[in-house]
Amino acid sequence: MRFQLIGVNHKSAPLEVRERMAIPESRLPDTCRELAAYPGIEEGIVISTCNRVEIVTHTSNGTADLRGFLRDHFHLETKELDPHLYEFRGKDAVRHLFRVASSLDSMVIGEAQILGQVKEAYATARAVGAVGGQLDQLFSRAFAVAKRVRGETAVGSSSVSIASVAVELAERIFGTLEGKTVFIVGAGKMSELAARHLMAHGCAAIFVSNRTFERAVGLAEKFNGKAIKFDDLYNSCDRADIVITSTGSPHAIFRREHGEQFLARRKNRPMFFIDIAVPRDVSPEMGKLDGIFIYDLDDLQGAVSSHVADRRKEAERAEVIITGEVERFEARLQTLDVVPTIVSLQDHLETIRQAEIDRVRGRMGRLTPEQEMAIEALTRGIINKVMHTPITTLKSAAKESEATTIVGVVRRLFNLPEKEKESLSRPAAKETEVGPRE
Amino acid sequence: MSLLWLRFALGAYFISLIYAFVALTRTSDLFSRIALHAASLGMVFHFVSLTELFLSGHVVWASVHNGESLLAFLSMSFFMLIYAIYQTTSPGVVVFPVVFFLTFVAAVDEQPVLLTQYVSSKGWLAAHIFLIFIGYAALLVSFGASLLYLLQERRLKAKKPTSLISFLPALEVIDQIGYRSLLLGFPFMTLGLLTGSVVAISTYGHLDFLDPKILLSVLMWAVYMLMVFTRWNSGWRGRRAAFLATFAFVAALAAWAANYFSTIHRFAAS
Repeated sequence: MRFQLIGVNHKSAPLEVRERMAIPESRLPDTCRELAAYPGIEEGIVISTCNRVEIVTHTSNGTADLRGFLRDHFHLETKELDPHLYEFRGKDAVRHLFRVASSLDSMVIGEAQILGQVKEAYATARAVGAVGGQLDQLFSRAFAVAKRVRGETAVGSSSVSIASVAVELAERIFGTLEGKTVFIVGAGKMSELAARHLMAHGCAAIFVSNRTFERAVGLAEKFNGKAIKFDDLYNSCDRADIVITSTGSPHAIFRREHGEQFLARRKNRPMFFIDIAVPRDVSPEMGKLDGIFIYDLDDLQGAVSSHVADRRKEAERAEVIITGEVERFEARLQTLDVVPTIVSLQDHLETIRQAEIDRVRGRMGRLTPEQEMAIEALTRGIINKVMHTPITTLKSAAKESEATTIVGVVRRLFNLPEKEKESLSRPAAKETEVGPRE
Repeated sequence: MSLLWLRFALGAYFISLIYAFVALTRTSDLFSRIALHAASLGMVFHFVSLTELFLSGHVVWASVHNGESLLAFLSMSFFMLIYAIYQTTSPGVVVFPVVFFLTFVAAVDEQPVLLTQYVSSKGWLAAHIFLIFIGYAALLVSFGASLLYLLQERRLKAKKPTSLISFLPALEVIDQIGYRSLLLGFPFMTLGLLTGSVVAISTYGHLDFLDPKILLSVLMWAVYMLMVFTRWNSGWRGRRAAFLATFAFVAALAAWAANYFSTIHRFAAS
């Protein structure tokens, strides 16, 4: 359980800090490599979404300097960074990851996107070889827990996603959404989802603009909308009542002067900007104009918080599930430490048994199949009976601190090879081909 | 008798007045329904009161108090019209206090109606009063809507969802209520002023533009027109529209108050 986790999320850090720490998708593999190469870190996964940046690691001694890694990577000062960080170790790290994957730590509790994002982060890290057996087990379990929470509680049902909150806010401004025009800037999943919700509530026309024009065309086709060249963005944006923006631009793409232009051209009819980009796409200055309403991710959080009240109860049930799962995971991990010993012990004895049978078979002459079976059952029975108590002891010892001692004694008594432990405790490593890291 | 009915109406309006104050701090469906029923009941009493006045034969609205009573009734009708279309009681926040105030003043005592004795064209006078009061009522609602618009805009910008946000209609709906009232009121106001001019000319032979009543009326009309124009031409709303609406409303109040100074627009003979 030498898991360590550090991160910031929408609760611990304001958008300004998260903006500085956001890792673009394209830089993620490099960050993972860098992380895995950091002193003391054996395996590492980086989860970076609009609402959180989390570094999940398995370390060599359980006390790696993750804060140091963040400082180095983001070139941030201790005093800028530390007040916003949370750090968990061992069991707490496991619990936190389970909560994140199950969407209990989300801005909108129960929203389904986070699980997909965690899975993607896992896949990215795995592809660059930053994941070994420990994180593999942890994440597989986290996905299973998330599925359980979703299945057994109502946390995910009637999920108030960002999208439906956006619809509600739009209705506060426009009344009915019938005939309203939506403009998607930056073709992303989240904006697509929001657009889908808006269309379902009556929005009529849709425009899509994206730096890569092909993606805009692709998304526009899905909605029977029109793709707009990114260069034409400012010329056509005023046609939209609702603008959903989620580009990866490092700077605001909508500034005050753009807002003034839009308002002049649309005769001051209000515009609603849903800014789900981190860093933000819409400058807060623009929101000071009469008739321009901007909701960024943090604002949307405020808007949804009123919804989550009844979901709290379900979330409490989910927390109970998670507590149980953390215990189970811990127990299983420890049992896993003894499993290789048990397996090699059994292998060892089986080899002896086979050898002995082979040795005496020559002397006994031809045996009927019945006799063969009887000998087989007899020898097996003896071994199982003899081994029963040691194996039970090993398994129960696994949950206590003396496990290592007992495992060591057994290995020495039976002269079991050490190298087997490596390959067996990392079952996933065989298929992943995790290369050795410096 | 008319005054008695009016006082009943005042009682009912009082309940809706309480609503106007409470609605700003909390939302209660039950309470807004009570207010609506109280307002309807008040209107019934009010209608009876006005009918009795009308049956008494003169162009009786040409007294300040009766005029106020009529204006209150028309404002309330406007409110009900909006409720019928938009299913919202929120304009009551502004309309109810004004209606209550007007009714209260009107219900204090009866006033002699004297002016009509000097007016030769009584039909024109009746038309003038009706038209101009519908204009006033529309202006009042429009003014109220622009205040609510400001309020709702603030709330949306503050990004803190409160009960008030759900009590108020959507921003565009408030905007529509205000703009439609404005558009509806404008021709009435214009025609009201024209008929008024006809009455004045037929009575005095000319229009004295330096008379405070006429001066302020023209000013009010100009602001009114400016509001319609800026809204139509450049879509002014929010702060700027509220500023204009307040200005128009104050001008209207001033024009009304000018009754006490004007030499030609007197209700009582001196």
